[in-house]
Amino acid sequence: MTVSLKLLRTTAFRLSLLYVAIFGAAGAAVIAYTYWNAQTLVSRQIDSTIEAELRGLAEQYAVGGLQRLSQTIAERSATPGNSLYLLTDEKAGRVVGNLRTVSPELWNALGQVEFAYRRPGGGGFEDRMAIVSVVRLQGGFRLIVGRDVEERREFAGLIRSAALWGLATLLITGVGVGLFVGRRLLQRIENLTRQSHGIMAAGMIGRVALDGSGDEIDRLAANLNGMFDRIERLMQGLREVSDNIAHDLKTPLNRLRNRAEAALREGGNAQHYEEALRDTIEEGDELIRTFDALLNIAHMEAGARSVSGAEFDLCAVARDAAELYEPVAEAHGLSITVTGAPVMPITGERQLIAQAIANLLDNAIKYGAPHASSETRGIALDIAQQGPKVEIAISDHGAGIAPGQRGKALERFVRLEASRSKPGSGLGLSLVAAVARLHGGDVRLEDNNPGLKVVFSVCGVNTDAEQSQNSEAIIAKEHEMNPAISVTT
Amino acid sequence: MRVLIIEDDAKTAAYLEKALKESGHSAEVASDGEAGLDAAASSEFDVLIVDRMLPKQNGLAVIQALRKSGVQTPALVLSALGAVDDRVQGLRAGGDDYLAKPFAFSELLARVEALARRASPEESTSRYVVGDLVLDRLTHKVTRKGESLPLQPREYRLLEYLMKHAGQVVTRTMLLENVWDYHFDPQTNVIDVHISRLRAKIDKNFETPLLQTVRGAGYMIGDGVA
Repeated sequence: MTVSLKLLRTTAFRLSLLYVAIFGAAGAAVIAYTYWNAQTLVSRQIDSTIEAELRGLAEQYAVGGLQRLSQTIAERSATPGNSLYLLTDEKAGRVVGNLRTVSPELWNALGQVEFAYRRPGGGGFEDRMAIVSVVRLQGGFRLIVGRDVEERREFAGLIRSAALWGLATLLITGVGVGLFVGRRLLQRIENLTRQSHGIMAAGMIGRVALDGSGDEIDRLAANLNGMFDRIERLMQGLREVSDNIAHDLKTPLNRLRNRAEAALREGGNAQHYEEALRDTIEEGDELIRTFDALLNIAHMEAGARSVSGAEFDLCAVARDAAELYEPVAEAHGLSITVTGAPVMPITGERQLIAQAIANLLDNAIKYGAPHASSETRGIALDIAQQGPKVEIAISDHGAGIAPGQRGKALERFVRLEASRSKPGSGLGLSLVAAVARLHGGDVRLEDNNPGLKVVFSVCGVNTDAEQSQNSEAIIAKEHEMNPAISVTT
Repeated sequence: MRVLIIEDDAKTAAYLEKALKESGHSAEVASDGEAGLDAAASSEFDVLIVDRMLPKQNGLAVIQALRKSGVQTPALVLSALGAVDDRVQGLRAGGDDYLAKPFAFSELLARVEALARRASPEESTSRYVVGDLVLDRLTHKVTRKGESLPLQPREYRLLEYLMKHAGQVVTRTMLLENVWDYHFDPQTNVIDVHISRLRAKIDKNFETPLLQTVRGAGYMIGDGVA
């Protein structure tokens, strides 16, 4: 398709054409209406003028007869103007008046007639139109009184040409503007198309340039960029997952196989076999667990799962999770303290958020214990409202993670050197990050001086909750709930 | 106990049938949705094990059809889809329990036995008694040999669930699902610590331990006679 053909098919151009048609029709209607009205008005004026003249002359005739009449006509004919007069005798001869001749039709006519006549002017004669009334008097005399209507005709012509020019101008500018806007639009869209083609060809590298105007095309471009980001993330996620599966799932599979093979090779008694089988099952269970966690994360990150859950109280979920882990913490010589002001209800998957909190508590117990000094053997779980988001912070007093390694710690399967000896799949934090992202929040790692503080946030999702953030609903809740909930051991 | 296994994978079905028979139950196998529906509707079973993805008619549709025709046999849904929302969908469709593949047989057996127990009408009892341990569901009081045992609310619920299934193996996942309402794997064996706390309260000062650990499966409460 050629560029010009494309241009004619743009919405902008078609809309312009439509507007031209609509405005043209409306303009024509207005002009026609005005024209018709003006014509009627002028005709009525002419009629009444002729009538008035006739009445005046009739009075003169009644008073002074033919002589008085012809005298008056002579006077009136002398004054310049558009009025026409002619008094004829019975043989159609001109007695007095500013009309020179009378045609046979006019002579035979009765009442009002429109006719063409010639009158001197501009160095010769010119043809003009007039409307006259023919009145028959006694003795075969005829009185013809009328008005020149050439001006009315000229006025009509003027309006006609004005209408024509106006419509022509409208059409030309309309089409012109349509073409211009269409061309501009087309250029920008073509630009977008070209750029996105380039980005796709380059494997999602680079983004569409924004002009910062914030208009609809700019917003479309921003949206395109958002889509590219998402596609890139998904592609990257897929690559990561396959790499990780290759690495981290094959290793335990290999271990499993080696163990079974070794048991077969070494032989031995029934107890030996039983032990080997039990170990194999345990290894298998561990693999299944890793696999489930991976699928879960992938599922969340692919966006296949939407946050459709019901509203729930985050504080209660946190308290429950803390209660679940509290005996384990105690067994490690740690305590869990839950603090938090009441927060707005969260809409989301309670199970996932509980799992995220559980994972973080699990980590805090695993890594928080060994370095704890006797005064700070506590794990703190704090919940706080931060604007539209709710932040859940879990801090321990363990070894912490060096600032440079924090980004890496959030990656899938990453187990920092210090933790290699601990059990776990290395998916805990990734799962937390995925849960947070699914709920419109994020995860950050901070220094707890000493120790690690993991803050993950979730969004209050529904806008009603956002609006009522400072409203009575929340204030009322505060009265119901303890401002600080504490599970301490 | 008569169990109907509706499962299209012949190996899995044969494995389940054999293992259930070894555990002292009788089992039948139907290899697709329609056959399963016919079998379940025509004869009496105590529990149905229904695979979610079946040829001809999917597992959830089979359960729905059965419920519509008035068959209330408890059903355990087996599925490779193990995410929380899949589980919710399965339970909403009329399944009584949901187990994701791959699973441990001990887990399946414990759940099947719990389902069969649920179907029997002793549900509304107000007192659970195991040996000399008594749990009063109306006053929430627990006594052993007439001696009152102070339990935390969660410990009470844990004991209540165990005693409801007295004489049956209860797995850690079952406890996590039914006592905590958590449908995920908490990695560390948190349940074990809760159990040992509970054990310290109900068994420590008495000669016969009632709360037993079943190796490789879970826990069971019983006075050793049952």
